[in-house]
Amino acid sequence: MSFAVQALTRSLNVFHLAGSACNNCDIEILDALTPRYDLERFGIVLVGSIRHADVLLLSGVFNKKSAIRLQHLYEQAPKPVVVVAIGACACAGCMFRESYNWYGKISDYIPIDAYVPGCPPKPEAMIAAVAKLIAKLRGS
Amino acid sequence: MTREATLQRIREALGDKVVDWFDKSEKRSYVEIRPEDVPDATRLVFRELGARFQIATGVDTPSAIEILYHWAFDKVNLLVTIRTKLDRDTPEIASLAGICKGTEWIEREMWELLGITFHDHPDMRHLLLTDEWPEGQYPLRRDFVQPGKEGGEG
Amino acid sequence: MGKRTIIPIGPYHALQEEPEFFKLYVEGETVVGLDIELGYNHRGIEKLSESKTYEQTVFLVERICGICSTSHPIACVQAVEDAGGVEVPERALYIRSLIGELERVHSHMLWLGLAGHFLGFNTVWMWVWRYREELLNIMELVTGNRNHYAMMKPGGVRRDIKDEDIPTIRKTLDGLHGPLELFRDAVSDDPIIHARLKGVGVLTPEQIVDYGALGPTARASGVDIDVRRDHPHAAYGLVDWNVVTATHGDVFDKAVVRIGEMFESMKIIEQCLAKLKSSPGPVDSNPKEIPPGEGIGHYEAPRGEVFHYIRSDGSNRPARHKVRAPSFMNVLTDREAVLGATVADATIILAAVDPCYCCTERMAARDVATGERVLTSRELIRLSQAKTEQLKKELGAEGPRLNLEAM
Repeated sequence: MSFAVQALTRSLNVFHLAGSACNNCDIEILDALTPRYDLERFGIVLVGSIRHADVLLLSGVFNKKSAIRLQHLYEQAPKPVVVVAIGACACAGCMFRESYNWYGKISDYIPIDAYVPGCPPKPEAMIAAVAKLIAKLRGS
Repeated sequence: MTREATLQRIREALGDKVVDWFDKSEKRSYVEIRPEDVPDATRLVFRELGARFQIATGVDTPSAIEILYHWAFDKVNLLVTIRTKLDRDTPEIASLAGICKGTEWIEREMWELLGITFHDHPDMRHLLLTDEWPEGQYPLRRDFVQPGKEGGEG
Repeated sequence: MGKRTIIPIGPYHALQEEPEFFKLYVEGETVVGLDIELGYNHRGIEKLSESKTYEQTVFLVERICGICSTSHPIACVQAVEDAGGVEVPERALYIRSLIGELERVHSHMLWLGLAGHFLGFNTVWMWVWRYREELLNIMELVTGNRNHYAMMKPGGVRRDIKDEDIPTIRKTLDGLHGPLELFRDAVSDDPIIHARLKGVGVLTPEQIVDYGALGPTARASGVDIDVRRDHPHAAYGLVDWNVVTATHGDVFDKAVVRIGEMFESMKIIEQCLAKLKSSPGPVDSNPKEIPPGEGIGHYEAPRGEVFHYIRSDGSNRPARHKVRAPSFMNVLTDREAVLGATVADATIILAAVDPCYCCTERMAARDVATGERVLTSRELIRLSQAKTEQLKKELGAEGPRLNLEAM
């Protein structure tokens, strides 16, 4: 395991990017930070800039306008960066994949490391995903 | 003013401009007028009668492109929809943004999704779609073919 | 005058059904203009709906917005019922209002928490969201999901509320009264909040009418409209409650209206529960087909009126389905409300119509002449928080004097 990846698994700085979402996943992500779930006690914090991020959380489908922005943001992220798709929309397009404004499957233009299905996934599911991801990165 | 009096006032003021009048129920009325009469009708319901602009709906039908302007009379529990039919090949109508500012965005939306031209709109540009959206492709038209889906269902 | 600078806010914003890209034009600290760009969230739902059956459409419109995730379905099924002349059993009407009001309380709490966050009161954010969880527990108990409840269907509701669940719901709600009173006092007693919100982002009644603004945004300016009272639907004509209004039209009054509405919602919920307990009956009239015609459904969502128009051609799918969310009308008022405000106040003014929060986390100011990045999202929130600190010193106040006994 490289030093960069090892360092990455300590205190995760998360950047949250909502595409063309219905916001429910986004609220549940914020919910995971508030007292009931309190992800911050594990050192997981939301950051305001992609340039500080270790983890990129994607929610919602990405349409022809937002997908372009996503690609720009991904390019700006310091590597290595872990990309997590939160919710049915980000995973597979949900019911919006038939839309004229759908850009396409996210994994066709951005590599995704973890998928958290659900509409919306419960905060517990997101926490489980983070734990699994860290274990995987550490190779344990 | 009661519900009946409101409807009566609209009926009188529009007079022979009314092409068709349909009372779906006592709370829902649909009034069809010609496109050139829409600004006058808007001044009547919005300025004089104090109705609230809910939204406008553009509908592509086989014979015409319809615009439905939905007005709410909150004090008397009444929704009046003003319907007008535009020519399907060259749909155009005067913008209402000068009369009611709330119509500004929905006219931009109808322009890009249905291809309706609004004359004298203060700020006509894409609202929802990308600026690179191909010209002449209007997603809410019946004959719109989704790119990549030609021949298939959808 | 100073050099004119553009501050782009957005385009992504996550917490609202309509994403916006705000361009604030500022001269020095003063906002002199605003341009709003939409489209980052456009999913073509109106077109998609034409390929779904009436039952499926309800699931689709539920996913327009995660916070109003029962408002759109209520408006949608009412439009279908209006088109088809479908009768709805009384018990289903009470369940609709019950779910709708639970959603309103959780939505207003969400706004209150985030408004606190932007003013520098993170304590308010954390506390309010902690009590919001109680409501999500009720939702999970009644509907099976914390959000996206899938309760509405044309002709009624999809599932009944069980008698044995009602005591649990009552107990949870009783526990919420104390915290709600605490939040009300925290806003009304606190000199800092007064100083930050009073006279900020004022909208006049004339502007409200001209733009067709809705919901708490309109009611805070004294425009007394509420679809629940003016066009009675669901059980709102059958229970006793009041419309909350205020007169100043500033951000403070918008907060006051929202907090007042939470108490009214609790009243409605209590009456609905009592009714459900005493009158069993069917909850679904199971309409088989919708004849050709057209129908309009509207519902007072937490942010204002949601509007749905459905045209039926006699098949099992809508021939045309128009959706209008309240923010579509409300957001445009921002261009009046922010004029003359300072950059530090712009965040809370733009947030006052309850449109968008995550975008503010992606704010970045660029100098037009050089394109150089001069102000980040962090800095903007820091600016806002610094102003609060400054006011605290000037006022000699420490913050809200809270009645902890109420917790």
